[in-house]
Amino acid sequence: MGQLSGPTDPTADAAWTPEHTHPRKGFFTDTSICIGCKACEVACKEWNQNPRDGDLELTGMSYDNTVSLGASTWRHVAFVEQGREQIAAARTSGQALVSLGMPTIGAPAPDLSPPETPEFRWLMASDVCKHCTHAGCLDVCPTGALFRTEFGTVVIQPDVCNGCGTCVAGCPFGVVERRSDGTAAPTYREGHRKGEQPPVPKRGVAQKCTLCYDRLVDDETPACAQTCPTTSIKFGDHATMVETARERVAELHAQGMTEARLYGANELDGVGGTGAVFLLLDEPEVYGLPPDPRVCTADLMTMYKRAGVAMAGMVAAAAVAFWRGR
Amino acid sequence: MANADCIILMGGNMAEAHPVGFQWVSEALAKGAKVIHVDPRFTRTSAVATKHVAIRAGSDVVFLGGLINHMLSNDLYFHDYVVAFTNAATLVNEDFRDTEDLGGLFSGFDPETGKYDNSSWAYADPTGGGVAAPAGDEHGASASARAAGDEHGSGGPALEHAGVVRDETLTHPRSVFQILKRHYARYTPEMVRDMCGISLDDFAYVAHAIAANSGRERTTCFGYATGWTQHTLGAQFIRTAAILQLLMGNVGRPGSGIMALRGHASIQGSTDIPTLFNLLPGYLPMPSVGVHDTYADYIGAIASKQQKGFWAYAENYVVSLLKAWWGDAATADNDWAFDYLPRLSGAHGTYQTTCEMLDGKVDGYFVLGQNPAVGSANGRQQRMAMAQLKWLVVRDLNMIESATWWKDGPEIASGELRTEDIATEVFFMPAATHVEKAGSFTQTQRMLQWRHQAVQPPGQAQSELDFFHELGVRIRARLADSTDPRDRPLLDLTWDYPPDAHGNPDPQAVLAEINGYVVADRTPLSAYTEMKADGTTAGGCWIYTGVYADGHNQAARRVPQGGGGVSQSQWGWVWPADRRVLYNRASADRDGNPWSERKKYLWWDAEAGRWVGDDVPDFPVDKDPHARPDPSLGGAEGLAGDDPFIMQADGKGWLYTPKGLVDGPLPTHYEAAESPVRNALYPQQQAPARVLLPRADNMEAPSAGQPGADVYPFVFTTYRLTEHHTAGGMSRWSPYLAELQPEMFCEVSPQLAAERGLENGGWATIISPRAAIEARVLVTDRVKSLTINGREVQQVGLPYHWGVGSDAVVTGDAANDLLGVMLDPNTQIQESKVASCDVIAGRRPQGADLQRLVASYQERAGVSVTTGTQLVTDPEKEGL
Repeated sequence: MGQLSGPTDPTADAAWTPEHTHPRKGFFTDTSICIGCKACEVACKEWNQNPRDGDLELTGMSYDNTVSLGASTWRHVAFVEQGREQIAAARTSGQALVSLGMPTIGAPAPDLSPPETPEFRWLMASDVCKHCTHAGCLDVCPTGALFRTEFGTVVIQPDVCNGCGTCVAGCPFGVVERRSDGTAAPTYREGHRKGEQPPVPKRGVAQKCTLCYDRLVDDETPACAQTCPTTSIKFGDHATMVETARERVAELHAQGMTEARLYGANELDGVGGTGAVFLLLDEPEVYGLPPDPRVCTADLMTMYKRAGVAMAGMVAAAAVAFWRGR
Repeated sequence: MANADCIILMGGNMAEAHPVGFQWVSEALAKGAKVIHVDPRFTRTSAVATKHVAIRAGSDVVFLGGLINHMLSNDLYFHDYVVAFTNAATLVNEDFRDTEDLGGLFSGFDPETGKYDNSSWAYADPTGGGVAAPAGDEHGASASARAAGDEHGSGGPALEHAGVVRDETLTHPRSVFQILKRHYARYTPEMVRDMCGISLDDFAYVAHAIAANSGRERTTCFGYATGWTQHTLGAQFIRTAAILQLLMGNVGRPGSGIMALRGHASIQGSTDIPTLFNLLPGYLPMPSVGVHDTYADYIGAIASKQQKGFWAYAENYVVSLLKAWWGDAATADNDWAFDYLPRLSGAHGTYQTTCEMLDGKVDGYFVLGQNPAVGSANGRQQRMAMAQLKWLVVRDLNMIESATWWKDGPEIASGELRTEDIATEVFFMPAATHVEKAGSFTQTQRMLQWRHQAVQPPGQAQSELDFFHELGVRIRARLADSTDPRDRPLLDLTWDYPPDAHGNPDPQAVLAEINGYVVADRTPLSAYTEMKADGTTAGGCWIYTGVYADGHNQAARRVPQGGGGVSQSQWGWVWPADRRVLYNRASADRDGNPWSERKKYLWWDAEAGRWVGDDVPDFPVDKDPHARPDPSLGGAEGLAGDDPFIMQADGKGWLYTPKGLVDGPLPTHYEAAESPVRNALYPQQQAPARVLLPRADNMEAPSAGQPGADVYPFVFTTYRLTEHHTAGGMSRWSPYLAELQPEMFCEVSPQLAAERGLENGGWATIISPRAAIEARVLVTDRVKSLTINGREVQQVGLPYHWGVGSDAVVTGDAANDLLGVMLDPNTQIQESKVASCDVIAGRRPQGADLQRLVASYQERAGVSVTTGTQLVTDPEKEGL
């Protein structure tokens, strides 16, 4: 079952032989220490030579002017302004998770005073491709342009991609996007812009974060994690990342910050857990993340079984029809 | 900062403007430190701080003064530290009168010149008089014009001698401690509430956080940026924090101090080896006409040989500097070529120079690494001034607005200037970026970090070093045959830097010259104490001596994590003498023992007879803590074993400044030059010694209580965003940065939006007595309306990164056009963090109508050139 849903080792499932396999790599993005500097967005674009995004107009959405992940924006920092009521609601919803038995390993609790800044808070969170254990984009790709790397990450080969867009629909997080030529999805409109635009490569094909595959093969840290000044974006072995994330959430709980919760760290979720895990301070929806992502292949066996039953039923019905008609 | 138990960030927005340095705050947070952000806005710093406290822009002295009062009246100050290491016990002479006695003025104010005579602020001397300044020292008008406060960047001002009178019971009514107590008594929590808009609870929270995190076991650190410096009393904002930190024992210890967060890479370096008109390298003063006419006058005025500490050896530093510049031409016979130095004839700061340009008195102007058309206060004045030049050289990475105002600036659009009428010849010279040249950056910790060149600059782009070296070569070639004595300083300059592989001067050779050397054999000096006044040593900046010790570039050291130990001593090089924490003698008690095991840093090893610890001792290394030499010995010999402040003339930390500041010996609150609020502390409304440049193109809004003040009812403040760099020269041309903050905007509270009909994402026009600009609107709870003296005060936030031009990826109206030019008399820095404005919905008028809008507001408010220029608010109540 492992290859379709539930806990598994995606690298092994992709038939990488042990001598080529590395420990699965991933991110841990701790939004509680993000300062919203967007250095990750810029470093990502610099390294991957992605073109400018957006229309160079103020969105009015706090300090977020790139709005979402897309074909040219592979790291995106969300800004959410919240008042007292929303903070209280986040604490309450988080409390429910804590009492559900979230692990509390090794929690040093030097300061038990309740956290301050209750009037208002400004959440910042750097989003990225999740590099799912069960990646919908990869599973539905008809050309083999998407593949599972030896690091357990999911990468698009732009020279293989034919731009069919199936992966766009296959991603439960809305991460993958085709780099448009300006007709289908106007995230890039040449000639309708203020200022100069760097040349736009790889038009018409699907694009997303590669977890800096080209850096990983040289044993380098991905550009975003390398540039993050506060270590909000951590990079390393996936198992270590998940462990660090669990320790951090326990630490915050011990400080009374019950609003802290993990996202993507549960291998029993609808995508088998994600390669990029997050510590959030509110419900995922607040950050524009789906609350219960589910890979389309997760239901494949059930669907096959049901289809089998249905087919058997139809065969039976046909047989009956012929038999009665005789 | 990573070692602090509590960090107060105020007058700055560290996470946004200094995101890389903020890693140390993050580290402190991770270790459990409290971080409190006191700022008019809730910023990205507030978002990750333990607590944000909203404050009315410009009221910081009230808040900090309230904290001082709280610590003094509740006996929460660090008594042993204060008695031993500060001037709390020192007596002030009988002639001193405080603001308490004079309605907001200190003694010595001259309403005619608008300047202080500081002789009445002096320490008492044993004979009953005051401890004077050395002969040739300046004060009052002349000191202010030279921004003399800047000179103390590496130590305190001079005193005639260190024979002061002390009362260590701190009870004498003329002791600094008692003066301080009386002075801050009126800075109550209620006053903080009424003037700053900070609740009693929030004030108590901050006061408790600082008190609980100071003392033997714990330390609190402050970080500030231009939110403190850019005020008419900016230096006094910082002084208030310095007093608080000295009272709490938070200077010279791990995780203590006041961090000046600099605005760009190497702004610290540009005051150490200055781009300022009033300084020579190493904070040696620029000589002045009529005051420093002879070499002896000059040397005598820098420091007295009878004062304590290392300034007493200033002559060694001066002679070495002159030898570095003029080599063999600097001899004992010609006073080391002292007369080659130009003399100041008055204030030549950037804004005075702008006024001179407007009056047609300046021919040429080099614009280097700045964009005054966008980045300087009163941008219109800047652009109109450049239009009066004969020539203008702009060296930059991009075709910035300061290079294109003559064809696409706002004044072309409004019709005030026509391109064909402008006679200025503009030269644009492409500049190399920081990765295209080698050199050093000096950051706020005084740390020099060497950058190696990554790639050659493209095309004709050049580094500053290459450009000026080549300019010097060409000018000297032109003057080679000159017999005019005025050309000798140029022709005699040592201009002999060896070329690198590309034929450009080797930057490390410049560093070696700055470091200093023995003239006879070019052996590098390893410490400034090796400098001599007999012409046998040369050195370009005495405080940097040691950076090239042993012929190695110490600034290029890059051991990961700085090696072992808390001082991270193997990363870069820190002036002076590679000391990581300044005044670190204060990390041990009077007897030389660490204040606590937890905050152990430097201590006296009695057996070895030396100061030992984790850092280079900032003290004579073998001076016993119990040494009590005759102070009249002067210099390092005169320092007692409990005088940690070795650059101060009396070896003590100065709670009270008998001299050095030109606008008062103690910080006291005055309202900003433009303010809708009355000063509730004193009859005196504004800083009496502020520098004004009244002109028709630099008019001020009426202050509270004056007719017309309600025409500009809101307070605005300017600031930076992470996504952009200052006036945008390095960021608005980068698509990746431009897309992140693409348009000029203003930030307003929901209340102000409702009052003025502003919509989120819509447009607003902001009008000041200087200009009107338009901006998109962000309505946000991050900006709060504050209750001041019982009435609501609205603040408007304006980032200042955009400018009007046609070359950048993104352009927009410039916030700095709104600002007037009113200056701090110590530093000549403009007040750009608080001013008055009105806000209306919709876009601004175009063309000539724009000026008509500004004029109609001026008319309604009755603004004239004399508005706001009255220095003393109420002479009768202020004893004049």
